[in-house]
Amino acid sequence: MALTGIFLITFLLVHVSINACVFADLFVNDDGEMFNKAAHFMGSTVLIRIMEVGLFGGIILHIVQGYLLTLENRSKRSVGYAINYGNGGSKWYSRSMGLLGTLILIFLVLHLYHFWTPARFTHVGLEVPVVYNGVEMHNMFLLMKTTFISPIVIVVYIMGCVSLAWHLAHGFQSAFRTIGVHNKKYNTLLISLGYGFSVIIPFLFILMPLSFHFGWIG
Amino acid sequence: MEHYTMNLNLKVWRQKNATAKGGFENYSVSNISSEMSFLEMFDVLNEKLIAEGKEPIAFDHDCREGICGMCSMYINGKPHGPWQATTTCQLHMRAFKDGDTIVVEPWRANAFPVVKDLAVDRGAFDRIIQAGGFVSVNTGNAVDGNALPIEKDKADAAFYAAACIGCGACVAACKNSSAMLFLSAKVSHLALLPQGGPERRSRVVNMVAQMDKEGFGSCTNTGACEATCPKEISISNIARLNQEYLAASLVSE
Repeated sequence: MALTGIFLITFLLVHVSINACVFADLFVNDDGEMFNKAAHFMGSTVLIRIMEVGLFGGIILHIVQGYLLTLENRSKRSVGYAINYGNGGSKWYSRSMGLLGTLILIFLVLHLYHFWTPARFTHVGLEVPVVYNGVEMHNMFLLMKTTFISPIVIVVYIMGCVSLAWHLAHGFQSAFRTIGVHNKKYNTLLISLGYGFSVIIPFLFILMPLSFHFGWIG
Repeated sequence: MEHYTMNLNLKVWRQKNATAKGGFENYSVSNISSEMSFLEMFDVLNEKLIAEGKEPIAFDHDCREGICGMCSMYINGKPHGPWQATTTCQLHMRAFKDGDTIVVEPWRANAFPVVKDLAVDRGAFDRIIQAGGFVSVNTGNAVDGNALPIEKDKADAAFYAAACIGCGACVAACKNSSAMLFLSAKVSHLALLPQGGPERRSRVVNMVAQMDKEGFGSCTNTGACEATCPKEISISNIARLNQEYLAASLVSE
């Protein structure tokens, strides 16, 4: 869980960095040129396409292992308590990683359907390409703009990002404990870093659909 | 602190034997002194039950001074009751008010089967210790106390870990019924000291294997164990155990 978790944390960093290119439109009114170029680079570079396979492997392993672990741990106490220890001893989100992960999974299915499937296979919504310096590429910026018109999509994306934030609030520091980081110096750093990461990254992600929806960009 | 007496309602788990179904029974006790310990209150209740010709409630206890790790009651949703860093025997009745209802359950974990009423079998912990929680290399005759240099910080950390009394509250508090806090205390205490060095690797591998065999769950770092531990064993011991285990399993045969 910890190793795949840390791997997925690094993926989030790459994902949010690439996507942050949409905000170039806010400053230089490039109509998504920087973002489309970045997306084209990610989609057309062989090395990155190979890494994409690794990414899917990592996600699937994380999900399967997560569910197996949750089921196994639940089976260890056949007779439960009349009164649960609850929030007195631990945070609700630490105890709800399975639930939060499931919410993220639901979001992820929809998210892949919105962007990954059209970009790789169906090309729905990407019929008209953009051309920069003679290179033809998908207008992913336009696809984001049209996808985020729907308020239902916005609600699902907010749910996904909020779940991700709570999932990371526990997962980030827990992952490092599992791989054995116990020095006080690093633990203090990792706990602060973990909370910072869990707030900043999902916040940046959610800013994107909101910016398109309310017309701040695009 | 002012002394007062109280009348209480108790809801206690009763179970005839390991295979019986069990259920809650309601009792009331009166004129309980605020200066009594929780177990003394149970003694009063049991005296009453015996006088009435009923079966007294079975519960584990021994030293009654917070150092043996035998007492094991899950009181009002927390192992060892409402106070921090306190065993059930050191919990005093001033923690409660007149008219309170107190729910008392045994430790719940499949690895700790109920023997009777509130007494559970914690033999799994003994078997984990037997798998490696000791030093078996020949250390020769007793040497001068200061002949073996040990860093003060490490000696302190080892001592804090060694404070674990093996009561099992960590398992009872954990949503996964994991024994990692117990095991990490036992592994850390020896791993931090030079005497534990020679068997450091085989110890952690064997003890973890025994823990898994006993049917405890895995650790998801929720921190409930640390919050309930009567000896305030730190969860950072679990991270140390993970490091010890990873390092040992990478080089084990």
